[in-house]
Amino acid sequence: MKSAVREFSDVRVLDLEGKITIGSGDVQLRQLVEESLQGGRTKILLNLKGVTHIDSSGIGEMVGCFTTVARRGGAMKLVNLPAKINDLLQVTQLITVFDVFDNEGEALASFSA
Amino acid sequence: MVRQAQMQLLSSFENIEIADGMLQELCSSSAVEEETAYWVGMALREALANAIKHGNKLNPEKRVHVLVRIAPGEELSIEVEDEGEGFAPSDVVDPTSPENLLRKSGRGIFYIRHFMDAVRFSPGERGGTRVALVKRLNKAGQGGLDEERS
Repeated sequence: MKSAVREFSDVRVLDLEGKITIGSGDVQLRQLVEESLQGGRTKILLNLKGVTHIDSSGIGEMVGCFTTVARRGGAMKLVNLPAKINDLLQVTQLITVFDVFDNEGEALASFSA
Repeated sequence: MVRQAQMQLLSSFENIEIADGMLQELCSSSAVEEETAYWVGMALREALANAIKHGNKLNPEKRVHVLVRIAPGEELSIEVEDEGEGFAPSDVVDPTSPENLLRKSGRGIFYIRHFMDAVRFSPGERGGTRVALVKRLNKAGQGGLDEERS
């Protein structure tokens, strides 16, 4: 998995690309979120536009990051879900857990709402 | 014409890519529709991850045995067998129950069952677990389940 970090005011955007799967991308995702929290960034937006594959480990890591961030008083939200990731969140009903946006501007604004 | 491929993989997550690559090539050469091949690949990935992690417990001396068979217009079947100590799928909780929604693990077998038409666990010949997966195919190479749902 490749990643890039962008900052918008107090929101950190993590642009993810490639595979978030067992043994590789899942661990990287956890590290990216942990590094953000250690740096005091508790508002995190995952941009999943470039993600081609995710498996149950990647989904599980997203859930783990979501709860970790929430426990620190922050929020982790999702934007630009590819259709297949959307399907995976739908069938496990995780779509009801995450705040999901189609538009980055709206997602960023939601953190200050 | 029935196409078939067989692999023995060392217990490393990197090898999941190799197996899925083999599956995708076989699907492509058998005119299996891309969308169907993607979700069957997802099921294979989950089955392999279970075999490597829970079956063989990442033991580098243990292997995972994979057999893929495609009968175009009929069905795509996969067998994944580990060399572990056996596994009881009844132990798996429902990941969509409200009390389980925020669990980090426990979705792999749920996804396998969702994307395949038949899933059967049985004791393997090598002492571990064998999981047999079947996806029905129609003449256009599409998964039969999707057609039935529409």
